[in-house]
Amino acid sequence: MAMAANEIEDLIRAALPDARITVEDLAGDGDHYAATVTSEAFRGLPRVRQHQLVFQALGGRMGGQLHALALQTAVPDQETA
Amino acid sequence: MTDPTTARIQNDITTNTVMLYMKGNPQFPQCGFSSRVVQILNHLGVQYQSANVLEDPALRDGIKQFSNWPTVPQLYVGGEFIGGCDIVTEMFQSGELETLLKEKAVV
Repeated sequence: MAMAANEIEDLIRAALPDARITVEDLAGDGDHYAATVTSEAFRGLPRVRQHQLVFQALGGRMGGQLHALALQTAVPDQETA
Repeated sequence: MTDPTTARIQNDITTNTVMLYMKGNPQFPQCGFSSRVVQILNHLGVQYQSANVLEDPALRDGIKQFSNWPTVPQLYVGGEFIGGCDIVTEMFQSGELETLLKEKAVV
């Protein structure tokens, strides 16, 4: 039930075309990832809404098929503050 | 028409300024992510109420629907959804969480 890192990246990019995305496989098991997503779409939104946009892009896989995704979101000029 | 789980959650988050939905309880968290949020709240010395979603399948699904958030833990402060483990950790590290809790007069 695991997902490949590029699959995660592709799903996010499909929803947020401008996004700069890094996906790291934390445990090497295709099940525990850390992602950073930087996109203009996040500007002005609280973190909860930013993360919800990413979960939406993943189309319900988060919490199911995708067990663990540590997520950090940022807008382009802010990066990870 | 509100279903009982939604009503329960609404009541939880209005009667408890800091409300944590988690796996396990603060003494025995049953998931690393829940454990991390418990550690942060304890470190800040905040009083909070928690609910164990593993004991209640309706709550486990219900809280995900209610918050439009796919995972547990979930933290509510002053009736507002703050986020899960990643956001709580980020806000703790930046000091925002403590500021928010001070505003709500719980630390």
